[in-house]
Amino acid sequence: MQHTSTQDTLVGLFVAAGIAGLFFLSFQVSNLSSFTQKETYTVTARFENSGGLKVKSPVSAAGVKIGQVSSISFDPKTYQSVVVMQIEAQYDTLPDDTTASVFTAGLLGEQYVSLDPGGSDTFLKNNGSIDITQPAIILEKAIGQFLFKAASEEKSE
Amino acid sequence: MIQFLQNLGKSTRSSFTKLGRGTFFLLQTLSGIPSVLLRPRLLLNQLYSVGVLSFLIITISGLFVGMVLGLQGYYILSDFGAEATLGVMVAASLVRELGPVVSALLFAGRAGSALTAEIGLMKATEQLSGMEMMAVDPVKRIISPRFLAGCLSMPLLTALFSAIGVIGGQLIGSGLLGVDEGAYWSQMQASIDFQDDIINGVIKSFVFGWVTSWIALFEGYDAIPTSEGVSRATTRTVVNSAFSILGLDFILTALMFGDN
Repeated sequence: MQHTSTQDTLVGLFVAAGIAGLFFLSFQVSNLSSFTQKETYTVTARFENSGGLKVKSPVSAAGVKIGQVSSISFDPKTYQSVVVMQIEAQYDTLPDDTTASVFTAGLLGEQYVSLDPGGSDTFLKNNGSIDITQPAIILEKAIGQFLFKAASEEKSE
Repeated sequence: MIQFLQNLGKSTRSSFTKLGRGTFFLLQTLSGIPSVLLRPRLLLNQLYSVGVLSFLIITISGLFVGMVLGLQGYYILSDFGAEATLGVMVAASLVRELGPVVSALLFAGRAGSALTAEIGLMKATEQLSGMEMMAVDPVKRIISPRFLAGCLSMPLLTALFSAIGVIGGQLIGSGLLGVDEGAYWSQMQASIDFQDDIINGVIKSFVFGWVTSWIALFEGYDAIPTSEGVSRATTRTVVNSAFSILGLDFILTALMFGDN
């Protein structure tokens, strides 16, 4: 009898350790604790160019992450990129003249949507849209423009 | 030449016959699972010999794999000045690939080979036919509890492997090499997704546990009942399990992580 009861204890410890490992992975390693369960509202923004933005890219205001991108699609009528964002419900005081821009974190880092609040007294509502947007800066374009400008200045001298 | 073709045909046919017997065996095992639930004591004993006895090798290997990942990752990432993403690298590679695959390989070596040898010896010493004589179904009594124990303990062992690996990576990364501890964890939490990474890792490990236990039990049950036959069956268990784990891992990875 003694033998089986220590065996039971060991099996119990093993199962408990395995489940503890799973909990550790879920809450400490993954993003489960930080995001999935929070209530959100949806805001749409149209960009001339959304660059390397992806689904799940962060949406931040003043550098703080307040939501994430939930879908990106191309509008065949206006030739714009339609970016749908989920913003946490507690941040419901964004003015409706907020500016959305696509920026890059660091020189080579991932791209994110930055929201700059305007001065309006009315707030963005669920399924609302952001009208003032600033497209992503494409590095090749910027370099091309710079070279073009430098060449034309050289010519005029 | 004709001899060669004859042999080729014979071996092809016999390998298909074996696959068919294996599938039949798997169905028999699955149909025996409900009766295992009526006798939880059998399952508990097997959880002990399959799971608890593999605990030590899994945790120690996990610790060292995590430490090696921390060390190598640091040397490579520091070339780009990206040491802060060490946590992402360690956790993503452990949770997605190394955790399920390495613990399944260790499991096949530690528990799978033991299962094959045990069942094979039972067959060689005619314990299985003895049971049949006493109207006890050996599949229900011997095979199904072991199969269920393998399927259940594999995800637990994998979770332990990955968790301890992540901690090992952190020990080396921020304890020895000076990566910021906060950056290690926060970058990891920002990039590792619960559903895409953790749940898929658990699904992978469950599939590997299933396949490894199936192969191990079938090889034992199908072994030629001599000492040489059992030794060959044990070898085949380890070799075939390794092949199936690595092959299945490729397929599962392509299915799970294909779209991002």
